[in-house]
Amino acid sequence: MPKLYSGAEIVFKCLEDQNVSHIFGYPGGAVLPIYDELKNFNSVKHILVRHEQGAGHAAEGYARSTGKPGVLLVTSGPGATNAVTALTDAYMDSVPLVCITGQVPTHLIGTDAFQECDTTGITRPCTKHNWLVKDINDLAEVMHKAFEVATTGRPGPVLVDIPKDIQFQKTKYKNYKNKKKLNGKSHDNYSQKNIDELINLIRKAKKPIFYTGGGVINSGTKASELLRELVYATGFPITSTLQGLGCFPADDNQFLGMLGMHGTYEANNAMYSCDLMINVGARFDDRITGKIDEFSPKSKKVHIDIDPSSINKNVKVDLAIVGDIKSVLTSTLKTFKKSKNNFSKSNKHQISNWWEQIQKWRSKRSLDYIGSEETIKPQYAIERLYELTKDKDTYITTEVGQHQMWAAQHYKFNKPNRWMTSGGLGTMGYGLPAAVGVQIAHPKKLVIDIAGEASVLMTMQEMSTAVQYNLPIKIFILNNEYMGMVRQWQELLHDKNYSESYTAALPDFVKMAEAYGCVGIRAKTPEELDDKIIEMLNTDRPVIFDCLVDKQENCFPMIPSGKPHNQMLLGPKDQKEKKITGKGRTLV
Amino acid sequence: MANSKSAYSSAGKKQKLDTHIIVVWVDNETGVLARVVGLFSGRGYNIESLAVAEVDQKQNISRITIVTTGTPQVVDQIKLQLKKLVPVHKVADFKREDKNVIFKEMALFKFVANNNKLNKAFEACKNFDPVILDKTNKSNVIQITALRREIDSMSKNLKKFGLVSVSRTGAVAMTRGSEIFK
Repeated sequence: MPKLYSGAEIVFKCLEDQNVSHIFGYPGGAVLPIYDELKNFNSVKHILVRHEQGAGHAAEGYARSTGKPGVLLVTSGPGATNAVTALTDAYMDSVPLVCITGQVPTHLIGTDAFQECDTTGITRPCTKHNWLVKDINDLAEVMHKAFEVATTGRPGPVLVDIPKDIQFQKTKYKNYKNKKKLNGKSHDNYSQKNIDELINLIRKAKKPIFYTGGGVINSGTKASELLRELVYATGFPITSTLQGLGCFPADDNQFLGMLGMHGTYEANNAMYSCDLMINVGARFDDRITGKIDEFSPKSKKVHIDIDPSSINKNVKVDLAIVGDIKSVLTSTLKTFKKSKNNFSKSNKHQISNWWEQIQKWRSKRSLDYIGSEETIKPQYAIERLYELTKDKDTYITTEVGQHQMWAAQHYKFNKPNRWMTSGGLGTMGYGLPAAVGVQIAHPKKLVIDIAGEASVLMTMQEMSTAVQYNLPIKIFILNNEYMGMVRQWQELLHDKNYSESYTAALPDFVKMAEAYGCVGIRAKTPEELDDKIIEMLNTDRPVIFDCLVDKQENCFPMIPSGKPHNQMLLGPKDQKEKKITGKGRTLV
Repeated sequence: MANSKSAYSSAGKKQKLDTHIIVVWVDNETGVLARVVGLFSGRGYNIESLAVAEVDQKQNISRITIVTTGTPQVVDQIKLQLKKLVPVHKVADFKREDKNVIFKEMALFKFVANNNKLNKAFEACKNFDPVILDKTNKSNVIQITALRREIDSMSKNLKKFGLVSVSRTGAVAMTRGSEIFK
């Protein structure tokens, strides 16, 4: 007679078979049987968060910095609804998550029982798929299927809802064999003909550009290597979306910086004027395209994406290549190398005028700002943070708002999986719990959450998690006392009516750090900034760094919504023709 | 700049709308209809009519027929989004004008009137395979099968013969000839 396992045991058997080493969770009535089994499965370490949203974002940070799926375990009712924001965030940014929720016993479903909610109904639009397990004999299969759906094709969150009585019931467990077969929905669907067409377009292009996104990072580190190889071989300029930062070295001359609403002048103008746009794993988001009718009007557009529904969703393309970036780039490089040897040389000559034009745009230096000796400019703070951490293998998370854009503009990423930010959903409060998840996955690495004071207060309770597990995360708050991006829009679009965007009663972040049992550091002037940052880096404990920055600073350059790429607002420096080169820089 | 007070761009050009019949083969499991219908409502697609029933009891396959309108781009999106759902096996798409496809809807009409009018009502239905399902001396129930617009106009025109109640199904579709959709 084979051994019988309870539903709760089967959950852990499945996690073991899926090589899950960490789960983020919060106990409650409907998941108690699962929590009861935790002690018997040493290979799975549970991280106790302080709020289920934190569990979700921590799992996201874990997933994005490792490429493995993040797992969270929460209870029914409020546990599940609290996780919804994180699930939606993961859905928008294609992060593989497996969320296990408890549910009231099957005989109570539909009776408005205590802590009951329609979890599968609520999460249906924000997961790739979800399951309510009503039969113990389905549990193992559903669990393994959940991992398969989350990690194949375009990755995303899934949810498995397990009623309490199912967690107690017993059945057999067959050991899982990792099948090589992929989810039927994720097969590469392109032909050599597509690749030949792409090579032909590359050959003919006079004003080409690579436009790369998070898909490159989701495809694995190999995809980033292949992308670099292709970009160097062609000599084409490359720009990246917010999510794609790191797949190409930011300090390389061929990199034009980030594009989009707060992208660089050269990247956006190159997107507008190009004759060939090669989109690699990006999705023509509205923050990227601006006014869709005037988006890159003269270009042939190529779109490489694993998700067929991303093709022609927002922008019609001339050549669609549906497939995993890694495999598409491998075929492209192979074909590219086979074509004439002198091709890449002659091609570089062909695009030399294009590079001259790009250099003209570059000379605008659109990321420059007016420095100050009295107050810390937020851009300066990030520049210094970058300079002082660039020799370490640093992982950066962010919250959402001005600080996020400044981080994307001024922190230079050279490797994939080092940049975790909430792009699609724009979830304030993402960065702190995400940093917890990243530090769990990389205990020895430097993990910094570049934060705003408003965002970080939304999930501040997770500092307690960081302290409990000795996670030396650094919360670098650019504190301007405003919801900065809201304030900026109000200044530019709503006649400076700063309605409710000022936080009148902020906590003292240094004392708050001490209350949590971590370290608080405050920097008030540009002069002391470097020393304070170094003090932070030398502290082997969690740190909340309260960096008091200029309250009026706006994030430029900027494309106002509904405008095409060639109508950018540049910073005050350009507007006033004041040519003071960032004085803050010389202060070191 | 002064006019744009939104953090979002304004809608682009309006395009021509077409009517399409989308046929979806799905696993007949809990919530599958909610997934399909939720996809339509969540992404702002239209549903003009919907017909769904299990067609293969052995393999638990249901066939959902949805009549929808949208620009060519939207109809493409509908198909691609549907194909991403885990319980969806295949998706077919037919234009309403397609001559190679049969579309049918069924309607039940209840008439309350004198014999003379009831006879006229049956007469008026005779192009649409009318079947009398129930008859009393002052009422009857007639079943017809026809196209959507035919039923639309019938239910308008039959008012004068004492039509008091209409019940109708969504459209179902099948290709002509020996071909089947793979």
